[in-house]
Amino acid sequence: MVWWRDQKFRAIVFQVLAAGAFLSLILWLTGNTAANLAKRGLTVGFDFLGRAARFPISESVLSYSPTDHFWWAYTVGLGNTLFITMIVALTATVLGLMLAILRREDNPLAQGAGTTYVEFFRNTPLVVQLLFWYALVTVGLPSIDAPLNPLPGVYLTERGLYLPALSLNGLDMPVRAKFNFEGGLNLSPEFVAMYLGLSLYAAAFIGEIIRGGLEAVAKGQTEAALALGLAPKQALNLVLIPQALRIIIPPMTSQYINILKNSTLALVVGYPDISFVTATTINQTGQALEGIFILMLVFFTISIATSVAMNLYNSRVALKVR
Amino acid sequence: MGRRGLAIIGFAAALSGALAACSPAPKPASDAAPAGKAGSTLATVQKHGYVSCGASQANAGFSLPDDKGYWRGLDIDMCRAVAAAVLGDQDKARFVPLTGQQRLTALQTGEIDLLPRTTTWTMARDANGVNFTFPNYYDYTGFMVRAATGATKPADIKGASVCVQTGSITEVIFADVSWRQKLDLKPVIFDNVSATRQAFFSGRCDALITDASALYSVRATQSKNPDDYVIFAANDEANPLTPAVRHGDDQWFDIVKWVFQAQITAEYLGITSANVDEMLKSEDPAIRRLLGVEAGYGKALGVREDWAYQIIKQVGNYGEVYDRNVGKDSKLKIERGLNRLQRDGGLMVPLPFS
Repeated sequence: MVWWRDQKFRAIVFQVLAAGAFLSLILWLTGNTAANLAKRGLTVGFDFLGRAARFPISESVLSYSPTDHFWWAYTVGLGNTLFITMIVALTATVLGLMLAILRREDNPLAQGAGTTYVEFFRNTPLVVQLLFWYALVTVGLPSIDAPLNPLPGVYLTERGLYLPALSLNGLDMPVRAKFNFEGGLNLSPEFVAMYLGLSLYAAAFIGEIIRGGLEAVAKGQTEAALALGLAPKQALNLVLIPQALRIIIPPMTSQYINILKNSTLALVVGYPDISFVTATTINQTGQALEGIFILMLVFFTISIATSVAMNLYNSRVALKVR
Repeated sequence: MGRRGLAIIGFAAALSGALAACSPAPKPASDAAPAGKAGSTLATVQKHGYVSCGASQANAGFSLPDDKGYWRGLDIDMCRAVAAAVLGDQDKARFVPLTGQQRLTALQTGEIDLLPRTTTWTMARDANGVNFTFPNYYDYTGFMVRAATGATKPADIKGASVCVQTGSITEVIFADVSWRQKLDLKPVIFDNVSATRQAFFSGRCDALITDASALYSVRATQSKNPDDYVIFAANDEANPLTPAVRHGDDQWFDIVKWVFQAQITAEYLGITSANVDEMLKSEDPAIRRLLGVEAGYGKALGVREDWAYQIIKQVGNYGEVYDRNVGKDSKLKIERGLNRLQRDGGLMVPLPFS
């Protein structure tokens, strides 16, 4: 056979060519980037992380002062990201479970309500929902001079929610000072918009995942459990749920990672998550490549970690094949 | 490229060299305006018949076209003064709207001859290819608050919520002020200008922080009643906004510097656009030198002898330009403050015209 007719040989040639083209593209991009950076007098490196950040962060779980370094500003942003992701995941899971139960009810009113909810939140863009909640707080609520005061110590204003906080000396009530309420717990409009928006959106998907999982277990399983004399509650807990979990967990992993990634939309409402901090850092230092690199690395690491943890849990609930 | 390509390049280079050698020497265009050396900015401007200036995209009081499309503002008048001095007509100026990121590149690449666009004189910029002339406006960072609060200085707004725009030096100044004076200010951070301002007027914040010139402009154009708001400095740093030219053309650098000097010296000597014709008859040697009655000063600079007369007649002295665009005769009503003459307690120092 002539050599160019040999299929195996041609396959190798094409693969070598493709790999070569890809490599030269990478080399060309790297070379170009380096040349452009040099032309603009930009230096690449992570030295800036050790310099004082100097910009403000409006709210954070970890304590932050503008005199802290850039690396700490990143950490503070990451803290906010993880915080919002965790409470949203928790809230959305509880809400989702309720939705799934609602949609499985025989009562048409309950079913209708669940379906309407899911269709509404699943079929509008998340960004629009976040902006809606943000506008609802900042435009819909009264000014700080005439706050809504439904319960003692609870104030709803366009500057967010003020609530009594638990402290060592009992209840810490918010008190009106000259410009703001001081003390107590303040949930900013940015936080409220992020929390509500992300939770309600994710709950719609989680509800469907759970309902799908429950419905995928053959009806005969429940019937058999009941026939064996298990109470309906026992049938649910011992037969239905363990089998449904096996189906639910893999898509739930994706959903939790989605919540994490969607939290970067905090940029649109101004909640200082890690992407917001990155944007500000790039603006102040001009170190765009490094900033984005750190952001990608952080998200990659957390997503992989979530995946691994969920896979471990999945292997525990999976069908044991011996 | 082979040997033939190189040969062609060599030939082209030789040819252009020969052409340059036999091109005729430049002749003075007229007695009034000596021509600049070939290749200089002055020569380019004279050849085009207009001065090309960088402008803002929209900055009321500094550079903004009016409803007939005629550019107006303090920075615009700086450019018109150069046009009046060099070409004898303040309208022989063209304006190129530039973003903050484009402006220095546009100057360095020769797209514009002069950059009078609220550009702060910083060391990094000065060292990287541009020459700053004289500051034509000293700005500062300020807070705007509601007058009803009674606040008149940063210490009065302890604990207040402040609307801040991200990605600007203001953000850093805000953090510095709050931290240094232990004011515990609460930042509300936005990434666009209009959202920041709306949030302040809607009551989301107690204060708005940005350049004072912008605060005055916002107060004049966006508030229901400007008197309901007060503006005060956030710190004691002045921010010199300075027209800049390219590196490497000393003559053009000198011309722009002295065009501005002519305007503050005219104010110092009491020469205005209204009385400049009368002043031509003055016996005062300083006035005679400035207005070119005593010849030689325009020639030394490389421009027409009546250059300063044209600036004052067409554009006005610095006080007139200030009052008309940003001061008491404008909507902005910014106090002269640091921008008064040194004689009156400001930072504008007239250099000796001799």
